[in-house]
Amino acid sequence: MIAAFLILTGALFSFLSSIGLLRLPDVYTRIHAASKSSTLGVLFTLVGTFVFFLFSEGYFSIRLILGIFFVFLTAPVSAHMIARASYSTNVKMFESTADNKSKAVDG
Amino acid sequence: MKKQNDVILRSVTRIAVIIILTFAINLFFSGHHAPGGGFVGGLALACAITLLFLTFDIESVRENMPVDFKAMAATGVLIAILTGVGGMIYDDAFLTQAFNYYNLPLFGKTELATAMAFDLGVALAVIGTAMTIIITISEDR
Repeated sequence: MIAAFLILTGALFSFLSSIGLLRLPDVYTRIHAASKSSTLGVLFTLVGTFVFFLFSEGYFSIRLILGIFFVFLTAPVSAHMIARASYSTNVKMFESTADNKSKAVDG
Repeated sequence: MKKQNDVILRSVTRIAVIIILTFAINLFFSGHHAPGGGFVGGLALACAITLLFLTFDIESVRENMPVDFKAMAATGVLIAILTGVGGMIYDDAFLTQAFNYYNLPLFGKTELATAMAFDLGVALAVIGTAMTIIITISEDR
């Protein structure tokens, strides 16, 4: 029951993430949508799977915990690297974005 | 293009590489009764080294890891063939595998099979081949 609820929540978050990927205007807001909510979606799905196997078969899967930790460690970093690569190749921001001060700092 | 400050990538790589290496060794040893084995274990280990190559530069990684990957691939193939020849010594066919149970001091009752040595050969060959390909491609500048 708990596992089903967790996996459903994870699927919902992944769905919201993909909607955000379609509807947001520029690359930075899309990275924002894609990294945060899909990471949370994957987290909920993996925790749901972990809980399912723990209670239905009594199997404590260390690989799932390691996977959760690994996704949480690497997904924000990949989003950061993509955002920085697009910034340093002068990808345009959304029109109504205020002029940012970080232009002088350069990445 | 000026050199960028990638401290986030570096510090996360230090943690991630340890996890990937542990997982690679886990895959290698679990190959007998669970999914895994020499091939994926070797590929995961090659992935960890490739991540190091991407984050730091190739020269500094090669200095800290002075392994000749061509010799490593050759050693892997040699180990695999020698385990096959080992079956022939006891009047069996080539590549006959044997296993037995031993009481190791740390692990207790453990099944040791010569298939593990064959797997080690496969893993070494896979790591050596993958790293040779990557290093050879990256070296024209």
